[in-house]
Amino acid sequence: MTTSPDDLRSPGLWPSRRQERRHTEEGARGALIAATSTVILIGLVLWWVLTSEAWPAVQKQFFDAEHFREVFPDVASGFWLDVQMFLVAEVLILAFALVLAMIRSLRGPAFFPLRMLVVIFIDLVRGVPIILLILVLGFGIPALQLSGVPSSPLFWGVATLVISYSAYTAEVYRAGIESVHESQRMAALSLGLTQVQALRYVLVPQAIRNVIPALLNGFVSLQKDVALVFVLGVREGVREAQIDVARTFNYTGYIAATVLFLAVSIPVARFTDWYTERDKRRKQAVGS
Amino acid sequence: MTAKVEVRSVVKAFDDKIVLREVDLTVGLHEVVCLIGSSGSGKSTLLKCINLLVPIDDGDILLDGRAITDPSVNPNEIRQQMGIVFQAFNLFPHMSVLENIMLSPTKVHGIPKAEAEERAHRLLDQFGLLEKINEYPDRLSGGQQQRVAVVRALATKPELMLFDEVTSALDPELVAEVLGVIRGLKEEGMTMIVATHEMGFARDVADQVCFLDAGVILEKGTPKQIFSEPAQPRTRQFLQRIVDAGRL
Repeated sequence: MTTSPDDLRSPGLWPSRRQERRHTEEGARGALIAATSTVILIGLVLWWVLTSEAWPAVQKQFFDAEHFREVFPDVASGFWLDVQMFLVAEVLILAFALVLAMIRSLRGPAFFPLRMLVVIFIDLVRGVPIILLILVLGFGIPALQLSGVPSSPLFWGVATLVISYSAYTAEVYRAGIESVHESQRMAALSLGLTQVQALRYVLVPQAIRNVIPALLNGFVSLQKDVALVFVLGVREGVREAQIDVARTFNYTGYIAATVLFLAVSIPVARFTDWYTERDKRRKQAVGS
Repeated sequence: MTAKVEVRSVVKAFDDKIVLREVDLTVGLHEVVCLIGSSGSGKSTLLKCINLLVPIDDGDILLDGRAITDPSVNPNEIRQQMGIVFQAFNLFPHMSVLENIMLSPTKVHGIPKAEAEERAHRLLDQFGLLEKINEYPDRLSGGQQQRVAVVRALATKPELMLFDEVTSALDPELVAEVLGVIRGLKEEGMTMIVATHEMGFARDVADQVCFLDAGVILEKGTPKQIFSEPAQPRTRQFLQRIVDAGRL
């Protein structure tokens, strides 16, 4: 019997070269199985849909290439407004939510009234469906005709998104602040820092690092929810599509809007996953 | 001798667990007091009460004759006059050594940046840490981190230093470098209260040793009294266990 180098290694301690080879082969075979099953599954679904009797009609209603070219510019210009609303709202949300979270993290009886106000605000906002909040504030406040208060639906649409998302995002920040060990707060206070200084220089910078993946998830979500302001009549992407549908009775406009939203949200979602994964690996590397 | 710190009948309970029962302690100016006793005897809590990090339930604590536990006193102002070093270092991980040290002088004491930086340089040089000035805490050994923590506390020019079992989390070979720093501060005349498990160190450095047991200072006296002629059976028992463990 000849002795190969593989046999000299004690089994189980580390993978032998033969085992490694087997792992690679299993990986390749796994990829092949995954690809085949995916193709078969998608093929079946497509066959099932495309052979349906109603398909030709649906294709004309939803996937009319000619109509798509016609409606796309309007929907795209509306979608550009969605992107702008998203950018403005996100910046305001990140700032406002941080203020809310910091107030909620202050200790001591002196800050009780402030803390209580923030808790009430967060509970109220989180307790109402966002669409209802948009309708109530978007139609309600302009109807009051208060002098000096803007009455544009666009303003109140974005303001409502900021109010609503800030309540959720504040809780994300707060979880991050609480994940920083209590000893960090003590060390900061022991140096004579005030509570607000301790939050600002010591706790919040560490907290934000811990919650970046969760904040990015909020980005993905908001990027789609901006479309909800269409109920106020704001001519953003979905509203433009709806106007076209109402005019032509062809639903291809909705598909155009769908394509535009996906074109932005999928990259953001992929980036979030990539970042979260990288963050996890880094933390494991530091921990080991 | 002028009293720097006076602890009068201080009581502290966490929920229904009493941690300090009527503790009295007087620390003179330039005096070094070592608190010894088993874990859970109240040493750490006493230090945190003096630093106002933990509010007391009864009694008074006086700093330079002024009652600092009075509700009208601003705790930030009191904490600016004393430094504390913790068992787990508690450096800020997102800041470099220099930023850790300069945070309080610049943000709390309003010292100009250049001046604070110069002082940080001087202190780091004195403690042999100058080459680590731009490192982040996770790149330092435990002993180095703890020395940075001491420098950070000293950077605000405190008149009183509190040490909370500062060598307990260190590898044995790193203990000496941190204890050396505390010895150096004694030479400079710093008033210090040191909670420690290092009995040899307490015997050498302390002017006064207090043995805490179940939230009470059971016995206090010179190192000679406590270590050579302990009066209380509990003190003898505690020291015997330390000797048996080969730690004294």
